[in-house]
Amino acid sequence: MVRLVFLGRLAGLAGRVEHEVAAPLDWHGLLALCDGPLAEEIANDRVKLALDGELLADKTALAAPAGAEIALLPPVSGG
Amino acid sequence: MAITVELRATPFYPGAYVGPFSDAHPGLGGVCTFVGEVRGGDDVEALELTHYEPMTRPGMEQLATSAVERFGLMGLLMVHRTGIMHPGEPIVLVSACAMHRRGAIDAVDFCMDHLKAKSWFWKREKRKGRWHWIEPRAADHEDIARWQ
Repeated sequence: MVRLVFLGRLAGLAGRVEHEVAAPLDWHGLLALCDGPLAEEIANDRVKLALDGELLADKTALAAPAGAEIALLPPVSGG
Repeated sequence: MAITVELRATPFYPGAYVGPFSDAHPGLGGVCTFVGEVRGGDDVEALELTHYEPMTRPGMEQLATSAVERFGLMGLLMVHRTGIMHPGEPIVLVSACAMHRRGAIDAVDFCMDHLKAKSWFWKREKRKGRWHWIEPRAADHEDIARWQ
């Protein structure tokens, strides 16, 4: 399995904070798992992805193996 | 040189941190401390900060290390709340100690600008019983540009 973690307003759009999905998972697989408005947000340049805590320079190159955690990160709103 | 970074989900009293922090650095020339609190007014009933532990803590530790190196600090303390807070509650505490005042003052300013604009926190406010996500402000990015 791959764990998705939705941060900030993405959690509201997804209707949950975490979601376990089948492994492996790539960029197109991720978009296919998400509903329209959520997929649009994730595709927006402002939303970043991290794999196991490491920010991806190119999120479309996502390749998550079993046991991985993908964080979906909207723009931060400050501490 | 000592760096302490703490993320906590419960309220804290800033004075309980600052005393022991300065005591731990005998011979210092100056300590500068900033405490940010949840602002009253604007109909804000509560504030919630979400973080992502695998990135938020390492990011704060890197920020602390870069501040210590850049300003030649003797020590740096960063305490940040997560979870739900109410007006008047402390959100963040940054305290720096150094041989001379300028380094300590600038380090705190540097850390606060970077915490606001770059750290992995997401904020929402509760107004009139409804939660609203807070979007990044252009001013946060202008503040950080001062240090480049």
